[in-house]
Amino acid sequence: MNAYQLHQILEKNIGLLVFGILFVSAIGGLVQVLPSLFQESLQTATENTKVYQPLELVGRDIYIREACSTCHSQQIRPLVAEVQRYGAFSRAGEFVYDRPFLWGSKRTGPDLHRIGGKYSDDWHRMHLINPRAVVPNSIMPAYPWLADRLANQDQDIEKKLRVLQMLGHPYTDEEIASSSSKLEGFTEMDALIAYLQVLGTAYSGEES
Amino acid sequence: MVDPAKNLSVEIYSDRMVTVLVMFSIFWSVVGMLAGVYAAAQLIWPVLNFDLPWLSFGRLRTFHTNVVIFGFGVSALMGTAYYSVQRTCHVRLFSPNLAWFTCWAWQIAILIGGLSLLAGYNTSKEYAELEWPLDIAITLVWVCFGIVFFGTIAKRKIKQIYISNWFYGALIIVIAMLHIVNNLEVPVTLTKSYSLYAGAQDAIVQWWYGHNAVGFLLTGGFLGMMYYFLPKQAERPIWSYKLSIVAFWAFTYSYIWAGPHHLHFNAIPDWVQNLGMLMSIILLAPSWASMINGIMTVSTAWEKLRTDPALKFIVLALAFYGLATFEGPMLAIKSVNIISHFTEWTVGHVHSGALGWNALITFGTFYFLVPRLVGAKLYSVRLANIHFWLALAGTILYIVALWGAGVSQGVLWLSLDELGELRYSFTEVMAAMNPYYLLRFIAGLIFLIGALLMYYNFFKTIIGRRTIAVRPPVIAEAVA
Repeated sequence: MNAYQLHQILEKNIGLLVFGILFVSAIGGLVQVLPSLFQESLQTATENTKVYQPLELVGRDIYIREACSTCHSQQIRPLVAEVQRYGAFSRAGEFVYDRPFLWGSKRTGPDLHRIGGKYSDDWHRMHLINPRAVVPNSIMPAYPWLADRLANQDQDIEKKLRVLQMLGHPYTDEEIASSSSKLEGFTEMDALIAYLQVLGTAYSGEES
Repeated sequence: MVDPAKNLSVEIYSDRMVTVLVMFSIFWSVVGMLAGVYAAAQLIWPVLNFDLPWLSFGRLRTFHTNVVIFGFGVSALMGTAYYSVQRTCHVRLFSPNLAWFTCWAWQIAILIGGLSLLAGYNTSKEYAELEWPLDIAITLVWVCFGIVFFGTIAKRKIKQIYISNWFYGALIIVIAMLHIVNNLEVPVTLTKSYSLYAGAQDAIVQWWYGHNAVGFLLTGGFLGMMYYFLPKQAERPIWSYKLSIVAFWAFTYSYIWAGPHHLHFNAIPDWVQNLGMLMSIILLAPSWASMINGIMTVSTAWEKLRTDPALKFIVLALAFYGLATFEGPMLAIKSVNIISHFTEWTVGHVHSGALGWNALITFGTFYFLVPRLVGAKLYSVRLANIHFWLALAGTILYIVALWGAGVSQGVLWLSLDELGELRYSFTEVMAAMNPYYLLRFIAGLIFLIGALLMYYNFFKTIIGRRTIAVRPPVIAEAVA
């Protein structure tokens, strides 16, 4: 029986056809994706990588809400020009507390992986309220409403940390209990800036 | 074909939800493209963000991709799958009620999903941005879609399962697998969840999903459309049955591996990147096999292109499919990807597929389908021809504009002077994008105007009519 005759059995039996599609399409994922999920080096934090503090985490979730990753990557490739422009190239171990990852696929604006510490908080505040006030050519939208909303508006920070703790992020119960108070008096703008300021600071690039 | 009047079978095809799905598909295409054109304008005139959260670029772009892929694309695939599976099996849909449910539930999911994205409920995983309650809702509708589709095949009167059904079948099965695995997340509240995977691992899973959503939905699903509607419209059998067998299995096997080319030089293992690159290049073969099969099918019917707008759209779509599936493997080569990654080139590539292939083949199929569904002539062939030229002009202009933009960005960002210093600041390169962005905006507008003409054309064709009753041919059993 040649392959063509074999296929004639398949194309007359819907059960076999469904199984065939499932089997053939699953191979790639099983060989390529599944091993990555068990690869130790991809889930081991680099030395100074820490979990996000409550305010930073709120800021990160705002970054997600406003879909900042649509225009900003967080991934510096190991290329000379890229390292010069943005800083040390990105290491897998720096992202182990990133759920989801925010590497992005497009740089309509610049990469932000090592934006932390490059500009002052005030610069970021002015920039987020009106990007064109500090970068004349900028095409970024303004985000003035962030200054009007409180960081703890949704009252869900404890739940968030609880979920992350369950997923293996090393938050202590005390940290979770006191997390709400850590947000008091801060706006969403403060939270987003706190997140931006911590981005990429765990790794200086001098170690290797 | 047997005269339906002489047909003794009492069963008729259930086509009414096909008409509804086709109209919703066009509706979402207009909504989605309008959002796209508006977002394109925001890149030129940022004042158009109006400091409104729900209108800001990030949210609007997410809305655009989701509405176009899942509103326009999936409604079209569901409608054409229901239409063609009945005719290739010579039976009425398995459970028309369930089919009605999938039709309406999907539209409601897109409506709520689209609004939720504008409201900022967003997981930020590309093309999987919807939050967990909607992920679950979509899964349920998708399973029902599968039950209707495979249930219809199970009770077929034609022994052989036709090629288009393999592709539609792969669409249903593989997208279900990808959707479920990629969206595994732990809920925090009704509107917030955290991904089960973190960092680099999340990236690998996401692009396994992201690339294959393109693969099995935008490529595989629409190839199903091509394998049924192209031979129908050309009135020729598919050129090579054996080639389609090889193309189908090679496609189903190799597409899944290509995802990591979205992560070249990113912080994932080299072997994953290299394997992704290799398989992406191999993917050119099955992709082009289907294109060649389609083009050769029309090869003795070229004269039809003079008079038939539907076939014109479908053949042009195949040409763009060939272009996009050639460009894809090229962009997956690491040394090319150094230039193209993170640039507008990627966006241009996506649109050469999305406009040139997905939209054009859908338009062609709809020009075939809508008059047949209501048993009338198309209101205006002239308008359809104008639409054809607008669609072609819009697509070409779009691709060319973003080639210019993308290659400029890629080269200028990496450009170093004699001292090894960066030659251009980021804002200098960004400012250079302006003319390209303007061209892209105009291109999108032209394409959108074409789609509006089609909407009007179909509205005039359908208005005052109902979906006609069609019976399966009775000769089926004798042939089988």
